[in-house]
Amino acid sequence: MTPRQRRVTLVVGILAGVSIAGALALSAFRENVMFFFDPSQVAAGEAPIDKRFRLGGMVRPGSVDRQAGSLELQFVVTDFQQDVPVRYSGVVPDLFRENQGVVAHGRLGTDGIFVADEILAKHDENYMPPEVARAIKDKHGGVMPANPDLRSVPET
Amino acid sequence: MIVELGHFALILSLMAAIFTAFFGLLGAHLNRAEWMAVVRPSTYAQFTLVSLALLALGYAFVQNDFSVLYVATNSNSALPVFYRVSAIWGGHEGSLLLWLWILVAWSTAVALLSQGLPASFTARVLGVLGIIAIGFMLFTLATSSPFERLLPAPPDGRDLNPLLQDPALAVHPPMLYAGYVGFAVAFAFACAAMLEGRLDQTWARWTRPWTTIAWAFLSVGIALGSWWAYYELGWGGYWFWDPVENASFMPWLVGTALIHSLAVTEKRGLFKSWTLLLAILAFSLSLLGTFLVRSGVLVSVHSFAADPERGMFILAFLVLIIGGALTLYAWRAPLLRSAAGFEFTARESFLLFNNILLVIAAAAVFAGTMAPLISDALGLGTLSVGRQYFDPVFLLPTLPLLALAAVGIHSGWKKGRLSDRSRAIWVTMIVSLALMLALVLGAWDGPKLLTPLAFALGIWLVLSALIDPWERWRRGLSLTPAIIGMALAHAALGLFVLSITAVESYTRERDLALAVGEAGTVGEFEYRLVGMETVEGPNYDALRAEVLVYENGDLVGTLHPEKRNYWVQRSVMTEAGIDMQWTRDIFAALGEDLGAGRWSVRAQVRPLINYVWFAAFLMALGGVIAAADRRYRRKDTSA
Repeated sequence: MTPRQRRVTLVVGILAGVSIAGALALSAFRENVMFFFDPSQVAAGEAPIDKRFRLGGMVRPGSVDRQAGSLELQFVVTDFQQDVPVRYSGVVPDLFRENQGVVAHGRLGTDGIFVADEILAKHDENYMPPEVARAIKDKHGGVMPANPDLRSVPET
Repeated sequence: MIVELGHFALILSLMAAIFTAFFGLLGAHLNRAEWMAVVRPSTYAQFTLVSLALLALGYAFVQNDFSVLYVATNSNSALPVFYRVSAIWGGHEGSLLLWLWILVAWSTAVALLSQGLPASFTARVLGVLGIIAIGFMLFTLATSSPFERLLPAPPDGRDLNPLLQDPALAVHPPMLYAGYVGFAVAFAFACAAMLEGRLDQTWARWTRPWTTIAWAFLSVGIALGSWWAYYELGWGGYWFWDPVENASFMPWLVGTALIHSLAVTEKRGLFKSWTLLLAILAFSLSLLGTFLVRSGVLVSVHSFAADPERGMFILAFLVLIIGGALTLYAWRAPLLRSAAGFEFTARESFLLFNNILLVIAAAAVFAGTMAPLISDALGLGTLSVGRQYFDPVFLLPTLPLLALAAVGIHSGWKKGRLSDRSRAIWVTMIVSLALMLALVLGAWDGPKLLTPLAFALGIWLVLSALIDPWERWRRGLSLTPAIIGMALAHAALGLFVLSITAVESYTRERDLALAVGEAGTVGEFEYRLVGMETVEGPNYDALRAEVLVYENGDLVGTLHPEKRNYWVQRSVMTEAGIDMQWTRDIFAALGEDLGAGRWSVRAQVRPLINYVWFAAFLMALGGVIAAADRRYRRKDTSA
């Protein structure tokens, strides 16, 4: 091969490699990206039934129901307009508790119960997942409820 | 008073940086020797002044001066002195000051060690570093001064975030920043070369050790962060593809490409404009990382400040620096074309593919990290990208990279005969395939095809990397630091792959519900909770469990996971109990009270996990050894 042919081969090879990688990345992206929904959207049927997604809101006070001594847990995620019951089995984060912001990863069952395989809660006392803060803010006409735990920015 | 002096020193350092940038860049442009002579002293002045500012802040922390707002928010009189010092960079303002201090420290090192470089080149390098320093000094002074007073002073401080009260995390930010900022040196060298209109092999030889050292710091910084997440967050993994982790990983990937392409530029005078582009890209990604982490667009333990003004400032600075550098690149890079050919199997080709694959990997990580931000900003919905995306798209380019590395490290420059090494390459490949077969027939139990493949690649890389030093040693040939460093770094990469493969394929994990006296099984292991007690630390009290772990009836580990309650911030922390062993970690984290006397326990046994971080440290060590090679310290300026 002449140097010119070699260069052309190289460029074509690189282009082909890059486009294959791009196409694969795109399809991996389409299949594996997870969307966020709040309980009102779930109630309106916007959330997919067969695909994993993120559900976020507050843990409704008094809703955490655990059979004593077992890892099985049920609770209700709310945005103060609609509720979604959640079932989970396993260790929950340190800051998971009633009346606190939470994000759950999982699937919505046909019975309307969200089966979570991962639970995320706040990193510290004042922090609130931003999607959750926004979802709740929207339901309250842009104003955060007076509960001090709902602030997303720490006080200084 | 001391604190005000520190603030004043920081303002003066801004003056010194403006001096450096002005006289350095303009002096070199107009070729005025007396202007360029200002640059070194004013760089030393920046260093002295920023050091004074940092010391003043440290003094306020050690003295528990809670009349300083930053100290009051990030420290407490009950905090041990060690953490009071590391609390300097425990929040947004102080970590910026640290970033700045490391930048001027790197600049000073360049000023001290660049005696052999042409005066105009040094002036330009220090001038570009001065511009970066100006940006960060303005940012610190205008939006995030750590010297603000809080009057009246509170009786005590709000304490350092308990998550940050940890030795590894005390050193993680300085290491990471040393890496980020080290790429600023490569960036400044690239800009200076473009301004100078001259880029030869000598240039690459000056730039290489700085870049390699920066890369080594970044590797250590990332490894420390990952190690910390493993034992402190209580989830037990080493990498989560968290946006903040990705923010540090992208400059690492591009930096790795850069140190390889610099090798080609140094040895063969090729890839010149590509090397420049990578140098710009590596530092841009470092700045982007700083922006992502500091602006509060990402949410994690790292985002201290969700202040839009700060985010806008870094974004504007980012656009200015990257835009400026790319404009310069578009204008000047065509002048620096290289004309030399090489054979398809030559080392140049291998390094070209190394670069392409690393940049593809970085681009894939970039796409996954930025997609949620972009989709959110455009109102397309809130989405998140997890390991289901990152794992495959990252492995796709990196697996072939490993095979290429195993062969490529033996290829010669230009001609590309694998010469007398081809037998060794075949032998190592056959040995690793045989070991893989043994694994498949013996221990392989899963449907994952990746396990034996990655295992074979890892072994092959380790063996292949060690051939060269072994052969040289056997024949009594000289072993230079460059050869040892390169072999060590690549063997470490092989070890890294092996350990990750083991962790990903053979981890046993399960969440258990245990009362004292009860036991649960995790694969072939049995976790038995034998006791619970209350203990007290310097600034917390804790509930401590004692867990005995049995394997096939034999006691293999005793763990003491804790649930800590920090008094000042009233936050609950999980302190995992880990028994570190040569071949595995036995891990337990205490969850919550389940009622009926039971507790939730996260139980995991992870084989070879410590070698993941150990390999990362070895890689960094390899880089440091290679950068210490004699040829970088010769003072001639000709190629």
